Amino acid sequence: MIHTVSVSPYVQAQGMLIERLPDGRLLIDAGGRKVIGRPFRPVPQKTRRWKAAIAAAIFGLTSLVVAAPQASAEPLLNVSYDPTREFYRDYNTWFANWWTAQGNPAPQIKTSHGGSGAQARAVIDGLAAQVVTLALASDIDQIAARSDLIPKDWQSRLPHNSSPYTSTIVFLVREGNPKGIKDWNDLIAEGVQVITPNPKTSGGARWNYLAAWGYAERNKLNPQDFVAALYRNVPVLDTGARGSTTTFAQRGLGDVLLAWENEAYLALSELGEDKFDIVVPSVSVLAEPPVALVEGHLTDANRPLATAYLEQLYSPEAQAMALRHYYRAWDTSAADPADVARFPELERLPIADFGGWAEVQPKHFGDGGIFDQIYQGK
Amino acid sequence: MTARSLALRTPTPMPGWGLSFGIMLTMLSIVVLVPMGVLLWRGFIGFGAGAMWEVVNRPRVWSALALSFRAAFVASLFNLVFGVVLAWVLVRYRFPGKRIIDAAVDLPFALPTAVAGIALTAIYAPNGVFGSVLADAFGIRVAYTELGIWIALVFVGLPFVVRTVQPVIEEVDRETEEASATLGASRLRTLTHVVLPMLAPAAMTGFALALARAVGEYGSVIFIAGNLPNVTEIAPLLIVIRLEEFDYDGAVAIAIAMLSISFTLLLAINLIQVWSRRRMGAV
Repeated sequence: MIHTVSVSPYVQAQGMLIERLPDGRLLIDAGGRKVIGRPFRPVPQKTRRWKAAIAAAIFGLTSLVVAAPQASAEPLLNVSYDPTREFYRDYNTWFANWWTAQGNPAPQIKTSHGGSGAQARAVIDGLAAQVVTLALASDIDQIAARSDLIPKDWQSRLPHNSSPYTSTIVFLVREGNPKGIKDWNDLIAEGVQVITPNPKTSGGARWNYLAAWGYAERNKLNPQDFVAALYRNVPVLDTGARGSTTTFAQRGLGDVLLAWENEAYLALSELGEDKFDIVVPSVSVLAEPPVALVEGHLTDANRPLATAYLEQLYSPEAQAMALRHYYRAWDTSAADPADVARFPELERLPIADFGGWAEVQPKHFGDGGIFDQIYQGK
Repeated sequence: MTARSLALRTPTPMPGWGLSFGIMLTMLSIVVLVPMGVLLWRGFIGFGAGAMWEVVNRPRVWSALALSFRAAFVASLFNLVFGVVLAWVLVRYRFPGKRIIDAAVDLPFALPTAVAGIALTAIYAPNGVFGSVLADAFGIRVAYTELGIWIALVFVGLPFVVRTVQPVIEEVDRETEEASATLGASRLRTLTHVVLPMLAPAAMTGFALALARAVGEYGSVIFIAGNLPNVTEIAPLLIVIRLEEFDYDGAVAIAIAMLSISFTLLLAINLIQVWSRRRMGAV
């Protein structure tokens, strides 16, 4: 019978049982390697977190004193952005099990979260990530341009522009939609307060801005004037998407929040469906958060693991997981139909319609770009 | 032995001068001098003074710098007055809960600034406990205005003044005040001519520290500021924005501008202190 054992608080291995040791530990055969460990028992989430914290602290202290024995498991660092925290927590567990089921030793997977741009800078400056899963293709382009860690054609190496899941921008309004907001043109009306983060510091805010721009283009309006009018209705520019959600939901400021679709659903489930409504505009953006291998940090040993980690994001199980976390995934074959059904159809403009990130980033959000001009005129 | 090495090795009863000096210099270099040097090198040699000036000399950058220094200055002035009063109360009076208040003064040191920022925003937001009262009764908006920035900076700077002035007040003899009173001085005159001059140098140091802290403050301000360009955008945010644009040189240029202004201000404060010491005699 196959047994799972814990080698350390972070490392598990799976394999055929060879022997039960007198002290309760098990000797197993994990893909040709003999591993000794305690029988693995999943602990409830809450206790595991502080136990892990204490274990990490103790490990940190002891590793300063004695050279820790080389961990047998292959490590993998996934550098990601903020809103994927919940999704990758699930995916890492699922992937580790899948990987060991293929006859490999248990991997040691870590995920780092932060602002997408700051995460890209960390990788440029030497954070030893094997894979990056960021909010914008332009952030990965920057890593490719400023270091030789990622090849320039990274985006063509995985299906769907290297984006295993997509998202879009929707409106979150207060219960009952008191200002009657239905589409982008309602946001430039007098007396409507719009909450959106600063496109200079937030990847999500760049999508908000582009969605408004795309709507204006579609409706034969002057896009620059339209976006300028929209930002005149913005009373606060938070630095990140979560900050804006807090400003809107907790501080009670503003009539409408421009948000990632997954953040909007998260706000509904966390803060109460009776407080907010989601309004889907006629036109929005096809936001493609991409993933890429950091080739410069791959060795013969960890390349198969890192490659599989990204490829399995496209597996039906992982896609179902993404859908459960309110991302629009491609493959719905294993998903809960309810998770699929909650996404309304809408026209989503891909970044190519705006000229691609290489053009959009400097033109709109660079120093002195159109966003700066909007505020310069004030 | 040459005269020079003799001069370096003045006899001292304290052992370990060479060792402790070496450790001090090494640590200081690693932690402060080298990073600062790299920053300046990157700015002046790597980017060039002219290019840096071009980055800084723009209305938006000037408005952010002016806001940062103006808010920091006003907040530190407030801390100067309030901090001296607080230190005075803590030293001179006994009252229930004194120890708790004394400990609470240090909280802004210990608290992560982001936590402070979120807490202050929650209280002063238009639907917050104080914010709603101020908005309804007086029509004053606090969060997302310069006033909000100012409150956050008061919060982070307060302990500096209190903790530098407190030990000086503890050392002031009550007898000098009594002597002043027996010589016929009024309470106000005693305060302005006897007590405050003795506290002035320490208070100035506290003011300078609070100012220096407030100018560079990011975490607590960012939540309450509103961050609208040209209105409530602080200079540290502009540095972060440059970094988000992957414009390291631009970020370094603004950082060096802030560093130079701060350095000039601190130098001026030090000169005032030297001058006041000379006038008042050694305190």
